[in-house]
Amino acid sequence: MSSTTAAAAHDDHHHGPEKGLLRWVKTTNHKDIGTLYLWFSFAMLLVGGAFAMGIRSELLQPGLQLFEPQFYNQLTTMHGLIMVFGAIMPAFVGLANWLIPMMVGAPDMALPRMNNWSFWILPFAGTILLSTFFMEGGAPAFGWTFYAPLSTTFAPDSTDFFIFAIHLLGFSSIMGAINIIATVLNMKAPEMRLMDMPLFVWTWLITSFLLIGAMPVLAGAVTMMLTDRNFGTAFFDAAGGGDPVMFQHIFWFFGHPEVYIMILPAFGIISHIIPTFARKPLFGYSSMVYATASIAFLSYIVWAHHMFLTGMPVAGELYFMYATMLIAVPTGVKVFNWVATMWKGSMTFETPMLWALSFVFLFTIGGFSGLMLGIAPADIQYHDTYFVVAHFHYVLVTGALWGIIAAVFYWLPKWTGKMYNERLAKIHFWLAMISVNVTFFPQHFIGLAGMPRRIPDYALQFADFNLISSIGSFAFGLSFILFTYILVDCIRNGKPAEARPWRSAKGLEWTLAAPVAYHTFDEPPTRAEILAESQHS
Amino acid sequence: MKLLFTFTGAIAALISSKSAFAEYTLNMTKGITDISQDIYWLHMMAFWVCVAIGVVVFGAMFYSIVAHRKSKGAKAANFHESTTVEFIWTGIPILILIAMAIPASKTLVDIEVLDKADMTVKVTGIQWKWQYDYPEEGISFVSNLAQSSRDVIKASPEEREAVHNESAYLRSVDNHLVLPVDTTVRFLITSNDVIHNWWVPAFGVKQDANPGFINDAWAKPNEIGTYRGQCAELCGKDHGFMPIVVDVVSKADYAAWVESKQAEKVAELASATKEWTEADLVARGEEVYNANCSGCHQKDGSGIPGVFPAMIGSEVTNGPADYQIGMVLNGLRGMPAFKMLSDTDIASVITYERRSFGNNGSVVQPSDVTSAR
Repeated sequence: MSSTTAAAAHDDHHHGPEKGLLRWVKTTNHKDIGTLYLWFSFAMLLVGGAFAMGIRSELLQPGLQLFEPQFYNQLTTMHGLIMVFGAIMPAFVGLANWLIPMMVGAPDMALPRMNNWSFWILPFAGTILLSTFFMEGGAPAFGWTFYAPLSTTFAPDSTDFFIFAIHLLGFSSIMGAINIIATVLNMKAPEMRLMDMPLFVWTWLITSFLLIGAMPVLAGAVTMMLTDRNFGTAFFDAAGGGDPVMFQHIFWFFGHPEVYIMILPAFGIISHIIPTFARKPLFGYSSMVYATASIAFLSYIVWAHHMFLTGMPVAGELYFMYATMLIAVPTGVKVFNWVATMWKGSMTFETPMLWALSFVFLFTIGGFSGLMLGIAPADIQYHDTYFVVAHFHYVLVTGALWGIIAAVFYWLPKWTGKMYNERLAKIHFWLAMISVNVTFFPQHFIGLAGMPRRIPDYALQFADFNLISSIGSFAFGLSFILFTYILVDCIRNGKPAEARPWRSAKGLEWTLAAPVAYHTFDEPPTRAEILAESQHS
Repeated sequence: MKLLFTFTGAIAALISSKSAFAEYTLNMTKGITDISQDIYWLHMMAFWVCVAIGVVVFGAMFYSIVAHRKSKGAKAANFHESTTVEFIWTGIPILILIAMAIPASKTLVDIEVLDKADMTVKVTGIQWKWQYDYPEEGISFVSNLAQSSRDVIKASPEEREAVHNESAYLRSVDNHLVLPVDTTVRFLITSNDVIHNWWVPAFGVKQDANPGFINDAWAKPNEIGTYRGQCAELCGKDHGFMPIVVDVVSKADYAAWVESKQAEKVAELASATKEWTEADLVARGEEVYNANCSGCHQKDGSGIPGVFPAMIGSEVTNGPADYQIGMVLNGLRGMPAFKMLSDTDIASVITYERRSFGNNGSVVQPSDVTSAR
């Protein structure tokens, strides 16, 4: 660093954030932007959750009570889109913004102005998407996977707004990914080697490459939809020489990496929390990095396991079955490593650890059902039933979302400089842990018994388990009111937190004061500091 | 796990007193074809493999949680690497996966490769009904959700249960698919509009119906009985109301059924040549309308603004009859073609639409439809 830029950085240090609302509009600070991302995703989580409550209310008992089928389809579609693109993905980008510069000893993200833009696109995209509810013909009602031709020839006019919203969300994600790659590779402390990096940084670096590979494919898919709908092309219309199954290939070429985009950063988070509360270094650091990279690679070559019933040739089905089963190997390695980290540790069970342990347990159950779904002949009976719904909620709710909530409790004292109420947080954990299982576990049974997904009404034989599932979901919904209270209570009334509230936690972020200063790491950490805070020594 | 199943089942029965006698199922059906039984076997095999792995992994995890806790004075060890262990827990899963892949591949090939079928049925998905064609027998009919189910969708639970037993609500149709037992049937599956999926769990058959393409599947049912399924791919508004009912009957019963269907067809063709009264057309048209059209255009003809046009006061129902006949026969944008209905059915439903809902269009005779085809 030359002396002039050091002086400039030093000058900056005395500037606090701007006053008032404009601070948030104009900010280029990674911590401010991380906060914006996290609150935005939390708001979207509540909106998507409200849709889920609507869905479960209609399914509480057989018959149609609350909604017309068309509106029910709008709810399932928007629930999926909002949760995937509005809640889970932005929450991870928010965590990356907050944590990556602090973890690699950098003063900020590499591209701060682009960082501002990539956040501020989101509220507009979200508003456009949600506004479709108020348009003639209603919101998109073709499921979050929007298969053509239901989403092209047979879709309401509002679909064009949906396409525009997806484009914007894609821009935002790609910019976020570029920023993270640039930050990790160029801004990490000069003394930090790649294999010194904490796992959250590693998993996000790999996730960024998935985003850059996958999001443009999604943009291509929606652009083809747009031209099919408005400009007379026939990419997905057999009458014009196109093929609706091609849409599914393109969608899942994006969609399968996408599901790993939503889980890899959570793997990273769990790899921070378990060593801290087991008071033992992470077991198999390098195999964790290689396993993450293998999962990312495999995620690009398994997409058609979502399409076993589209009429693929048998050779294709065999290949995609084998490739899919292979993913169980690196994923298994991760789970085994976490268990080995706990083994012969000295464990305590503060709230972040409870969420992390619950993640390992429940995500693995989701992994088991994933392995079963990968067996192509059995998938004939599972496909598009509630068994699939149970599977992906186990990996996305008790996987991705659990990772996010664990991260929030783990790093909240660092972000705010205050401690949350441990007793309430534990009550919240058990409420969520029990209710989420009451909600989703019975869905395995109704799926196996033959209830398809995405239906507003069902045969009487499915009534009992749907009732249980709905009751569980209402309790799960209520748990988020408690979660909101715990967060607000922590920010307003929390007791001051120490710089390293978890005594055994390692990582450069814990060397900073709490609450953390607006600008950090004016001077990069030394080799000795990096090694002292390393996860695996 | 079994204990958990039983336990959850018991809670289910307790909570829901109104359907305490419900025959809820916890597991996949074994079905009545060799393939569906192979699939069931694979499913249970994969399940028990997962249970075994779960016992080991969760066993180690919970043992650690109980034994290696700070409150019990556990001191943390410091090991964090072992290439041997990493090799073992990469290698063993690979072996387990190979052991699972072998029977799975065999079943998959059995499902996909069929040398010779005894008969063929063409299945066409249409928003929101199924059309069945027996090309060799010259039989063709449409299968809709039964009116008795449709009538109680918004009724009280008591009314619903009075009409239907456990498996019949939303899983009953007006015209059943009929197949002979112990016969290899090839299904040619396609769609007229969006993607549907024809699923009969008892056959182990679930295959996408793609517009413009034909997929095939096959089944050889081993047991006589009635088997129910439904559409398994989101296909729009009434995706949940598109059931499938298959009667597997003895070969003799099947032959008799084919004969009666063929006789019906002859009578239907004859009826299309005579001159119908308006009242007869309207009466028949109302039935056809409720089964085929009311899903979108609504029973009272009001439609859904912005998606499905209203019948009431429409330019089509009050304008020239030829335009409406063409539209019903060939479809228009989101509106599917209804070619598969008989001339009499089309003439009746158009007359019903033009003379009801306060409309004042002309009467259409079956012969008008015949000449428009």
